[in-house]
Amino acid sequence: MSRRGTALLAGIAPPLLFGVLLLGSWEAIVRGFELKPYFLVPPSDIGSGFVDNWGNIWDAMRVSGTNAAFGLVLGTFAGVLMAFLLSRFKVLDELVTPMSIAVNAIPAFVLVSVFNNMFSTTSDVPRRLMVTLVVFFVVLVNVAKGLRQVDATHAELMHSYAASNWEILRKVRVPNAVPYLFTALKIAAPLSVIYAYVSEYFGGAQNGLGSRIASNIANSKNAVGWAYVLGACLLGLMFYLISIAMEAVVTPGGLAQRDRDGS
Amino acid sequence: MSAVEVAGLRKVFNPGKSSQVDALVDVDLVVQPGAFVTLIGPSGCGKSTLLRLIANLTEPTVGSIMVNGKTAKHARLDQEYGMAFQQAGLFDWRTVAKNIELPLELKGWDRAKRRARSAEMLELVKLPEFGDHMPWQLSGGMQQRIAIARALAAHPPLLLMDEPFGALDEMTREHMQAELLRICATTNTTVIFVTHSIPEAVYLSSQVVVMSPRPGRITHLVDVPFGNDRSEDTREASSFFAKITEVREALRGAEFQPTARGVDDR
Repeated sequence: MSRRGTALLAGIAPPLLFGVLLLGSWEAIVRGFELKPYFLVPPSDIGSGFVDNWGNIWDAMRVSGTNAAFGLVLGTFAGVLMAFLLSRFKVLDELVTPMSIAVNAIPAFVLVSVFNNMFSTTSDVPRRLMVTLVVFFVVLVNVAKGLRQVDATHAELMHSYAASNWEILRKVRVPNAVPYLFTALKIAAPLSVIYAYVSEYFGGAQNGLGSRIASNIANSKNAVGWAYVLGACLLGLMFYLISIAMEAVVTPGGLAQRDRDGS
Repeated sequence: MSAVEVAGLRKVFNPGKSSQVDALVDVDLVVQPGAFVTLIGPSGCGKSTLLRLIANLTEPTVGSIMVNGKTAKHARLDQEYGMAFQQAGLFDWRTVAKNIELPLELKGWDRAKRRARSAEMLELVKLPEFGDHMPWQLSGGMQQRIAIARALAAHPPLLLMDEPFGALDEMTREHMQAELLRICATTNTTVIFVTHSIPEAVYLSSQVVVMSPRPGRITHLVDVPFGNDRSEDTREASSFFAKITEVREALRGAEFQPTARGVDDR
């Protein structure tokens, strides 16, 4: 137990120390060179801004979090479904893959602007649609890969058992794709939050973190703006931790160690 | 009835194209029940292809293959054989016991019956306490033993093995060979075994089938009359070395036969 505690401490002490050192020198530089607040805000001001505005920040976090969560769940389901269809119908694969690359190449703000025009500006649909789209492609590409890349020995073995396509799907392809799904989720979860902020920034209801950060900084309330940024970081971190926790629950102890995603 | 009967077999890859390869020509082979037959030959002689044809993982261009009195396809659909490869090919997401039970699941056995059989197979390969482990917690040799247990789980009369010990170190390999002989004697299974190793072929087989490449065909049949009592002493007996020499010379004849003229060919 104590050895474990020591190991844990040895694990978190260096990054913790580094963080404290970084914040300390940030504070020292701002104060020492008397930098103007519009240039750089000291961490202490961000901290007090965060505490003073906690109620508003929390409200904005909930709005952005909901937008991101909607897109994340919807995009994951749609991505998994499409991955199944692609692995089943080769023609579809040839049609969808180039299109998905093309759509992915369109800048996010263009899509958000188009969506904002399609729906009313007070609607949550455009931003959620944007997140859904981003998550969809990340999940689609990874899960399709997992469903397709069956080990050659496994394929021969199932053939020798005279297994049907359905049995091969259920007993080999799907379990093979599970680690790929979690690789996708670990990328998509923080991405969903980031795209929620970006979409909020480009119009629509002014209640999310993205628009709050922009409006506070535009009003020269830089410390408060930074406090919202801190809230945005925390929300992104939360999403990432949830995706890791889900992986740990679904594939306990094992599959992650196999390093099949090369990460 | 023979365990396996191959007659007039010919396999051509990419027929009619410039990349056409005669993988196997004029192959006839009869394997008696309870025999341990090894296919040996240089790369490209078609020994793995012959095994895959018997397993009905690929179709012959010409010729017939009967397994246990059925066509190769019928035998595959009835799971008349078990198969093991160079890669153990265990499924990472299944426990060791569940890996062994996979062919039984596909045959529609119920859970209790599957459990009983996987426990029996774990006893057979002497890993009874590893049923609940995950495959990657086992060493390479242990994984290969589980693969053999899986191949034999449904008690098929025939076991097809494609260089199953090729990736193991020499010590583990010799141990596995002895284990395989014990397992096959216990279960009375017929085996067709592909290998590169001459000592492995001689130690294991009742008959060594020597093949040659371009085009792939059978050139010699070497009987190994050591019977069932093979032990570690067998590996040091002069009769063992004599057989190794015999197979090696057959292989040399086979390998140089297309270019070196005047070499004996039967």
